[in-house]
Amino acid sequence: MTALNRAGWRPEMNAGGADDNVTYTGNRALMLEEPLIFEIGSTETTGVDFDEVAPAVDLGGLARSAPIGLPGLSESETVRHYTRLSRQNYAIDLGLFPLGSCTMKHNPRLNEKVARMPGFADVHPLQPQETVQGAYAVIHELAEWLIKLTGMYGVAMSPKAGAHGELCGILCIKAALEARGEDRRVLLVPESAHGTNPATAAFAGFTVEDIPATAEGRVDLAALKARLGPDVAGVMITNPNTCGLFERDMKAISDAVHAAGGYVYCDGANFNAIVGRVRPGDLGVDAMHINLHKTFSTPHGGGGPGSGPVVLSEALAPYGPLPFVARYADGSFKLIEEESAGDEHPETFGRMTAFHGQMGMFTRALTYILSHGADGLKQVAEDAVLNANYILRNLDDVLDAPFGASGPCMHEALFSDKGLAEGFSTLDVAKGLIDEGYHPMTVYFPLVVHGAMLVEPTETESKAVLDQFIGALRSIALRAKNGDPALKTAPHFAPRARLDETLAARKPVLAWSEPEVAPGAPSLSEIGGS
Amino acid sequence: MRYLPLTSDDRAAMLAAVGASSIDDLFVDVPAEARLDGPISGLPNHASELAVERHMAALARKNVAAGDGPFFLGAGAYRHHVPSSVDHLIQRGEFLTAYTPYQPEIAQGTLQMLFEFQSQVARLLGTDVANASMYDGSTACWEAVVMARRVTRRNKALLSNGLHPHYRSVARTMAKYTGDVLVEGDPTLEAGTDWAALASAIDKETSCVVVQYPDILGRIDDMSALVSACQASGALLIAVVTEPVALGLIKSPGEMGADIVVGEGQSLGVGLQFGGPYVGLFACKAKYVRQMPGRLCGETVDANGKRGFVLTLSTREQHIRREKATSNICTNSGLCALAFSIHMTLLGEAGLRRLAAINHDRARSAAAELAKVPGVSVLNNNYFNEFTLLLPTAARPVVHQLAEKGVLGGVSLGRLFPENGGLANGLVVAVTETVTEEDIAAFAAALKEVLA
Repeated sequence: MTALNRAGWRPEMNAGGADDNVTYTGNRALMLEEPLIFEIGSTETTGVDFDEVAPAVDLGGLARSAPIGLPGLSESETVRHYTRLSRQNYAIDLGLFPLGSCTMKHNPRLNEKVARMPGFADVHPLQPQETVQGAYAVIHELAEWLIKLTGMYGVAMSPKAGAHGELCGILCIKAALEARGEDRRVLLVPESAHGTNPATAAFAGFTVEDIPATAEGRVDLAALKARLGPDVAGVMITNPNTCGLFERDMKAISDAVHAAGGYVYCDGANFNAIVGRVRPGDLGVDAMHINLHKTFSTPHGGGGPGSGPVVLSEALAPYGPLPFVARYADGSFKLIEEESAGDEHPETFGRMTAFHGQMGMFTRALTYILSHGADGLKQVAEDAVLNANYILRNLDDVLDAPFGASGPCMHEALFSDKGLAEGFSTLDVAKGLIDEGYHPMTVYFPLVVHGAMLVEPTETESKAVLDQFIGALRSIALRAKNGDPALKTAPHFAPRARLDETLAARKPVLAWSEPEVAPGAPSLSEIGGS
Repeated sequence: MRYLPLTSDDRAAMLAAVGASSIDDLFVDVPAEARLDGPISGLPNHASELAVERHMAALARKNVAAGDGPFFLGAGAYRHHVPSSVDHLIQRGEFLTAYTPYQPEIAQGTLQMLFEFQSQVARLLGTDVANASMYDGSTACWEAVVMARRVTRRNKALLSNGLHPHYRSVARTMAKYTGDVLVEGDPTLEAGTDWAALASAIDKETSCVVVQYPDILGRIDDMSALVSACQASGALLIAVVTEPVALGLIKSPGEMGADIVVGEGQSLGVGLQFGGPYVGLFACKAKYVRQMPGRLCGETVDANGKRGFVLTLSTREQHIRREKATSNICTNSGLCALAFSIHMTLLGEAGLRRLAAINHDRARSAAAELAKVPGVSVLNNNYFNEFTLLLPTAARPVVHQLAEKGVLGGVSLGRLFPENGGLANGLVVAVTETVTEEDIAAFAAALKEVLA
């Protein structure tokens, strides 16, 4: 393969736009159009220099001879390509990113520096144990913090992300039930739960049933109690919940579930609201995952990697996964794997992942935790909750706050689309925020509220930033209430206008192919190859 | 505290604005017995950047880094040289501190990168499509087995004995709870794979056959016959690639007809990082795309007709389908996928082929030198950059003795298969472009001393 057009420029790049001020390149000063690597690179170009080597032999007839079709760029072109792409992204580094239940807080750069120390970054997971005692020490020290912050008995460090942590907790419940010789098949999950909860329960072979909610947005304790019985394995409850409220009856829920022989899984996605101030262990929780990429500031990286350690109660800890780090009296650490499990952890449900989990996230999270300390983490929760309430109470006169009367919110404020003009939706409000220079809030989640808008500012925003955001959202809410048609076509100033998601799903183009057969890019073929 | 911008005056003004007399008023829904008044006792308070860095650096120094001496470990995680620009670019705040691209108008950077990543992965693995990545190779492998169950409506998976034992262990854990039947076992110390035996074991209940390529002992084999056997019985062939650099030199599984190809992408861009985060690769034939797990990025146009990218086919996913989703996965490994993609772009096809050739060349050189050590022989007929040495004694203690001499000399089969005494003398040795001729000589000399 050689590049189709090494200039990379295509005529339709300057198509459309909000006004007649089109440019030849399609660029608009600092807003730069960027082709695909397949359109600017070539298979002969490389940005890495190597010594020449003798051609390979001895491959048993498996030598790869056909072209692969991987474009290369020189280093200078590579840096420019990805730098240009990066500028088409919104990010926390640029401004408020109030995605509810996602906890987009500042990502400290000390964490990045520490994670890149050669003693952490350049260590192989299967090195002899005596050569990685420092790595085990990090895992152990972070584990101790997580246990103490949650008031729990143990912690499984290996889950790779939040949903993987959910799976870990649910498998612990499954293993515990098996050990008791009970075949309970039902997990109760509120309708307001993250989609991962029912998906995880199903992935592990459970049947999912809804827990009804009260009018004030909390679990209906009486209805829950009525449903408990010998077929119920447990509940999966998010606390604080996705309506932004603390589940006041959490302890009573736990007691009732335990009395009926079930276990309590808590989705810890919203732990940022209570870190350092409330310990889930004091509320009777048996298992809870902690998203290190939310509460403990490891970067989201455009969609991962995450990390989802799971804290466990004394009842579930014996069933936790392999491997884990054990500390001995002499101060040395040992990794308990399959071979030593028989002596040290005989009831484990087994391994969930190769190696030991997201070490690169552990070093960052521990660095963050040590920076804040117990006092700083408590302040994190308080400021996060204060910021959310400040938003809620400054906007509930222009936006409907369905649970505004249910008491203070925790770290996120929930609004609905009630009261917007006919034909105007939550989506329009979100797209309007883009033009104002913000990432929109979480939209259409939780499902229990019509046109939900879930705003989570986090503690790392100043009052001045919040005041400006409140002003912007207020202005957009009023435009949506007054039926401003310009809002229907927002965003006007982003790198792209609204994208056709229906077309993407109806005729999926999931990989680049030669332009003659590339739907969605018909004008490419008019240029011809080089 | 340096990460918290609110001042005491701000807090007071904001509490007044929300009608609270103190912060406790906002935590009123927390039952009194669960509310903590002060910081949790027994934990230290906040610390300066200098103090924290000092503490973490002291822990880092307690580890032997791969770069500290001759290094030959692989077995699912490989040490490759990552060009400097990769780490610089992934630290651009617009990549590092962005979220999942749910608002595509202001996430085209991440989305275009994912589209390029998917295209690169599909070409490298020889398939039609690839997703936007999974957690890692081991979890991608299990998801492939689950996907094969959905496609074939059968639930018996045959796992090659050359599959990484951790991958097998993950599958075993999950199968216990999902009712999938796994047929599996440990490898034997033979030069050839068990693929012919697998082909004859396929029956009408078989959903898939899972093979690793190159396998845990470094062996490579042609999977065409196995593909035919799968097709004849309506089973899917899943190929697992833990060293993607190999595919710069040897045929891709897709070229040989594999239905689903999954892998560990750590080799490119990501680094060792003591086991994670890594990046799971997941690719398949186009006809199975709607059964795929994980995020997919697709091309479309915006309201002005300009090309753009969005997350698509999300009706497979948990946030839409809830308990009926194809998987519970909710993230990909975005930043690691970016690192992989940048490294691959820097290499290009020409660079990848050269890198792969250097790896193979270096491995052949190492194998030849190590085989000269008395009592030591090489198991493999064919390999890429990793092979199995047969020692005259158990390899596990040898690894520790080598470490004392400053040589990290591979992964013993005793560590990988502790319960199988028959494998104890095996040592899996990986040799990448980071290994020098001096490193090979040092390894051979140390091994000779240890075995003497």
